[in-house]
Amino acid sequence: MALLSNAAVLFGKEVRTEFRSRELLSTTIVFVLIVVVVFSFTFDPTTNESRRFGPGLLWMAFLFAASLMLQPCFLREQTNDTLSALRLAVQDAFAIFLAKISANTLFLLVTELLMLPVFAALFNVSFAAQLPGILLTFFLGSVGISVVGTALAAISAQARMRELLLPLLLLPLLTPILVVSTEVTVRLMQPDPAIEWKGIGLLAGFDVVFLTVLWLFGEYLLEE
Amino acid sequence: MLRRIFFGAVAVGLVACAAYAAFYIAPEERTMGTIYRIFYFHAPTAWAGETTFFVCFVANLLYIWKRKPQYDWLGVTCAEVGLACITVVLITGPIWAKPVWGIWWTWDARLTSTFVLWILYICYLLLRTLVDEPERRALLSALFGVFAFIDVPIVFGAIRWWRTQHPAPVIMGGAGSGLDPVMKKVFFFSVLAMHVFAAFLIVERYLLEKTKYDVELMAREAEAR
Repeated sequence: MALLSNAAVLFGKEVRTEFRSRELLSTTIVFVLIVVVVFSFTFDPTTNESRRFGPGLLWMAFLFAASLMLQPCFLREQTNDTLSALRLAVQDAFAIFLAKISANTLFLLVTELLMLPVFAALFNVSFAAQLPGILLTFFLGSVGISVVGTALAAISAQARMRELLLPLLLLPLLTPILVVSTEVTVRLMQPDPAIEWKGIGLLAGFDVVFLTVLWLFGEYLLEE
Repeated sequence: MLRRIFFGAVAVGLVACAAYAAFYIAPEERTMGTIYRIFYFHAPTAWAGETTFFVCFVANLLYIWKRKPQYDWLGVTCAEVGLACITVVLITGPIWAKPVWGIWWTWDARLTSTFVLWILYICYLLLRTLVDEPERRALLSALFGVFAFIDVPIVFGAIRWWRTQHPAPVIMGGAGSGLDPVMKKVFFFSVLAMHVFAAFLIVERYLLEKTKYDVELMAREAEAR
């Protein structure tokens, strides 16, 4: 219980820090918007093509955005060495990860939900009837991206060339998320939409596996 | 030194024998003809690479647990040797695929997961070059190694769900699969040869890493004086 209450307090801190400046969210949203627009310039797709390729482009934009957005979550703590303070304040280092993962998931979801109508308008696809399925896919995908991304942000923050390193480590590890989320979203955007439960199960499995690995090994990532 | 030379000679000799057996002893395959003989290098190297990466994973876990530099040396050694094996697999695969499938590459489950495995271990080695302090480098790369190894079966599962073009398992597959007895002998001899050769490379590379560590330690001591 102490773990959850500690994580809740730290989550509040993460969200407050972000919403005071809103730097991260605003930059990421603009970035995703630019990526989606640039994609539409390079393809100029018809509605049918958009249904097939659009979700892939959308998820790729989300992954690129995540690799930028996740970067500061540990770098921010380095400026005044606040990570040591956090480490002393909580009994279990996993609480720090849990808080950062929750905050990153929230920020990613906000970005994704704001981008969804823009994407639907620009690429001329309709998804309104399948909103619950899309929300579920976005949620599970974002949790997976945040779990792996937060862990790797902790690794890359301790290395040189960290801005370049995080996307390098993150993107290949997130291949399953990209593949499964894209296919599930494609199915949801077809004229006869359906939820691919097997894909949803795989996303949930990915989230659980990596959350467990992080729970087991997370404290070593924050060692002084 | 003599033992190392002997081990090296045995490893190279076994690979040479495996090559001879693959070209002259194994019978011709009915549909694919001679091109199928690359299978005696392709699959055994893949098995040797996967075994090596598994040893790397175990070494990573042991390093996180015990913090002995020896496990770090073993980790980086296995990552490099495994990467070399998988590089051979990724080169011999398309050479076989072009005449048989008519294409160099397809994004099926086994090919994609092998490719992702290859990229992940390149990233593992890249990460090591970007962390200066030896203990930190060992710990961070060990943790990334654990993440990378666990990811690969999920990649495989994720892509297998849609489609797969790679030949269904011939060895240890279900009913209707199986090899001609001579082919089987040659194949398992190649598997043995590739494993021994990989073990030889691991031993040599491990000793090199140990020397590197000793030199670094001496340099630091000299600097301190």
